[in-house]
Amino acid sequence: MNFITYVKRWLTTTSHQDIGTLYLWLSGFLFFFAGVMALFIRTELFSPGMKLMQPDFYNQLVTFHGLIMIFGVIMPAFAGLANWQIPLMIGAHDMAFPRLNNWSFWLLPFGFLLMLSTLFMSGSAPNFGWTMYAPLSTTYGPPSTDFLIFSIHILGISSILAGINIIVTIINMRAKAITWKKLPIFVWSWLITAFLLLGVMPVLAGTVTMMLFDRHFGTSFFNAAGGGDPLLYQHLFWFFGHPEVYILILPAFGVISEVVPTFSRKALFGRTAMIYAIACIAILSYIVWVHHMFTSGVPLTAQLIFMYSTMLIAVPTGIKVFNWVATMFQGAISFETPMLFAIGFIFMFTIGGFSGLMLSIVPADFQYQDTYFVVAHFHYVLIPGSLFALFAAIYYWIPRWTGNRYSEKLGRWHFWLSTIGFNVTFFPMHFLGLMGMPRRISDYGLAFTGWNQVATVGAFLFAVAQMIFLINVIKTIRGGKKAPTPVWPGAKGLEWKT
Amino acid sequence: MESLQFNMTPGVSPISVDIYHLHMAIFWICVVIGVIVFGVLIYALIYHRQSRKHKPVPFHSNNIIEWLWAIIPFLILVVMAIPATLVLMRMDDEAKSELNIKIIGHQWKWEYDYPEQGIKFFSNLSTPQEEIKGKKAKNKWYLLEVDKPLVIPIQKKIRFLVTSNDVIHSWWVPAFGVKRDAIPGYIHEAWVRVEKPGVYRGQCAELCGMHHAYMPIVVVAKTQIDFDKWVAEQTGATLAEKKQTPKILSKEELMALGKTTYESTCAVCHKSDGTGMPPAFPPLKNGKITTGPIESHIQIVLNGKTGTAMQAFKNQLSNEQIAAVITYERNSWGNNAGIVEPENIEKVKSNNG
Amino acid sequence: MKNKNKKLLIILIFTCLFMFAFSFMLIPFYNLICKTFGITGKTNSTATTESKKIDVSRSITIQFLANVNTTLPWQLYPQQKQINIHPGENQTIFYIAKNNSNETITAQAVPSVTPGIAGNYFKKIECFCFRKQTLQPHQEIKMPVIFYIDPQLPKNIHEITLLYTMYTDNN
Repeated sequence: MNFITYVKRWLTTTSHQDIGTLYLWLSGFLFFFAGVMALFIRTELFSPGMKLMQPDFYNQLVTFHGLIMIFGVIMPAFAGLANWQIPLMIGAHDMAFPRLNNWSFWLLPFGFLLMLSTLFMSGSAPNFGWTMYAPLSTTYGPPSTDFLIFSIHILGISSILAGINIIVTIINMRAKAITWKKLPIFVWSWLITAFLLLGVMPVLAGTVTMMLFDRHFGTSFFNAAGGGDPLLYQHLFWFFGHPEVYILILPAFGVISEVVPTFSRKALFGRTAMIYAIACIAILSYIVWVHHMFTSGVPLTAQLIFMYSTMLIAVPTGIKVFNWVATMFQGAISFETPMLFAIGFIFMFTIGGFSGLMLSIVPADFQYQDTYFVVAHFHYVLIPGSLFALFAAIYYWIPRWTGNRYSEKLGRWHFWLSTIGFNVTFFPMHFLGLMGMPRRISDYGLAFTGWNQVATVGAFLFAVAQMIFLINVIKTIRGGKKAPTPVWPGAKGLEWKT
Repeated sequence: MESLQFNMTPGVSPISVDIYHLHMAIFWICVVIGVIVFGVLIYALIYHRQSRKHKPVPFHSNNIIEWLWAIIPFLILVVMAIPATLVLMRMDDEAKSELNIKIIGHQWKWEYDYPEQGIKFFSNLSTPQEEIKGKKAKNKWYLLEVDKPLVIPIQKKIRFLVTSNDVIHSWWVPAFGVKRDAIPGYIHEAWVRVEKPGVYRGQCAELCGMHHAYMPIVVVAKTQIDFDKWVAEQTGATLAEKKQTPKILSKEELMALGKTTYESTCAVCHKSDGTGMPPAFPPLKNGKITTGPIESHIQIVLNGKTGTAMQAFKNQLSNEQIAAVITYERNSWGNNAGIVEPENIEKVKSNNG
Repeated sequence: MKNKNKKLLIILIFTCLFMFAFSFMLIPFYNLICKTFGITGKTNSTATTESKKIDVSRSITIQFLANVNTTLPWQLYPQQKQINIHPGENQTIFYIAKNNSNETITAQAVPSVTPGIAGNYFKKIECFCFRKQTLQPHQEIKMPVIFYIDPQLPKNIHEITLLYTMYTDNN
């Protein structure tokens, strides 16, 4: 097959399998890109003083690391899983709108090229954090901010189209035997996530459009001088932003609920409750957004209401953790790589959940808000949370996708080095936050040096571990040993029967 | 090697002590829950393994247990929510405050204003650039020291009124348990009551641009007598400053003072090498204003430029500093455009009215 | 199958468009909530009528502050720093504004009140913040604020601070 045919195939494919693969490769590439940015950040933070870069460039790195990891790694990777797995798991031959599916993917590289091109524009690249608070991003934002806004529109459209495709596929294209009761839990998790996407990505689009208008068309949505309100930006952004983080984790819950029963050789405990819990979490996610704003002067009543609603999310989430443990209890557990990552998820995501519970307590949050305690919390729920679930999913399903076995030895090394590296990096950040180190600072006082050095060492260890993963994936695709049949003796899904 | 620190401290204000106890209570509850859940999990991982020939027991639902582990956590949450609510309501304390201080966040320094005493000043990071760039060893309070700290009396309820001049900042002193966002166009309040004299340090806690890491907060709590003395000195000092006749400085003196002023105040945006970051921050090396008419240069430093990030420095720097920094800008990086004395600044100020 | 898919597609696209419009609708919604619950310290932006009843059983301390954005070459300060009044008492105070530059400049004052809840009870009958102010070079003016505190002010509030932030009008 010559080069042109090869390129044409990938550019025009409408196969859910190809498109799933494309999403996964893009997210993998951006994972390394944003990961290198993180290494630069951690290198600069190894000791006090500005050594590698200027403070403004540091702020740009922090901004891009966040934007790319969220919009370029976690979201596309789960979309890739959705594309591969949903048709297989519901007995459909492809997604409902195969051509739309192709566009949904190809919008992404275009959007990211636009976003990253801001690094080369005059003035600085966006440097106000992935949360883009006004007026720092509006009145005081560099010229490149407008291009960031356009790229967010493009990425948003991609997510919305993908979400629509997923919903229509799941509702309309199930094989007769796949009733709602029999729908695999990973598919349920994506159905609910897709509704969240449709609900909030347009709100982000509206918000960044308002930013653009404030910047260029004389409006004052967020500008106090014109009668607007900087706090309005925060309300709008977090109304999107909080459901967004559940978009990042709900498919992960779905994956864990597929993996744990297989390797415990026992059915998922409380399947119905698990599905309802995902739905509850999704609904509750719409009414907690002010917990990102407790120090911004919201009145007492609002602080109380949102403290209670945020604490409430612990109930359905707790049910899920207990049910996973109950699935494993009295099972016959084996420790293949997908299961290692799933177990790691259960331990460490729960720790992230505890720090989240601490953050929800408003008076205590006055000391945690905008410190490294928050950074520790969200990395615990995103890395051993979303990312480990992605790793579990890839190890679990790659034999189905390629017909080949991955190296169990490399998989184990990947898991253990990642877990150790991750904890060495992020556990000390709890201490740093409690000691008083704010977030998003390019330089810090001497007392914070010790834990920062520990964190930097951990980051490099974590990075090395990901190289092992890359090698394992490439080796598997290129032709490792053939996968046995059945691939996983405990697995019961439809995707293994086709 | 300094001893490793793991936790926040109770602090010195009633609120911070309340917060500390709440924090520890929630933490221990989480630890207990974690030990129980992880304990069960670890037990299963050890004893319910396939390699141990354990046969799976095929149960997969139990309504009673499911309800139990929904209701019990809910009750635990209620138990946590009660003290949290009480502490939050105590923070809304209604006792009359005895001193009001207005705090204004700027890019990248804090301004403090005591309306009742008529004192107003800026509080800038005082760590020298050489320490930041690694040319000099860092001192103990690196990045946590300022030229003029906020001074408050002990055993009085102090009300802070927080706002911002530009973007959102956040005024945070961990020892007080106070963190209040500084939002442009809005005013928010917080309070503290410190029982003992001491020095308390904090930082800006909301990303506010380039030098977010470089705008610390230092609060010195003094006895009432010492506080009154300080107030007298401040009001006396401002009057004395106004009466002084302007000095004549040599070019060397102007360049030296100009360099330190430039590095701490202007280099942030216009860079140490004068190249700036166009279009937002114009270059001063071979710049239109820095090599053009002296009066325009003085005006823009005094009054800033509307619609841009260029601030008015007439209330932030003394006449000596302004004359020095303008001289420095006009004679660095290949510029050769004359010197300016403090009396020139005074003249332009009085012409402005 | 294809028709079923198309139908659902259209419903979902409309849902998205609705959510996009909803984000804009959130703005008046937000303002309404702030006004109804009297939070965020916003005060009325058009004049109210004078108060009729005075509640002599309580006294409220009102503090006046001013902030001028550093790029605006004006001075703004209250004539009185602090007063004690009864709720319902009509009161007039003054702010003095001065244009220190050589150009004519128009500016807008933006008020903010703390505690936030008090915003709803701070009733302005006349305020220089209701309109833009234009000052000639070096002109100084005295601007009145006529207001009263609504006697319905919650009993636990004794101290109210009013801040005006002055911004250049760039239009």
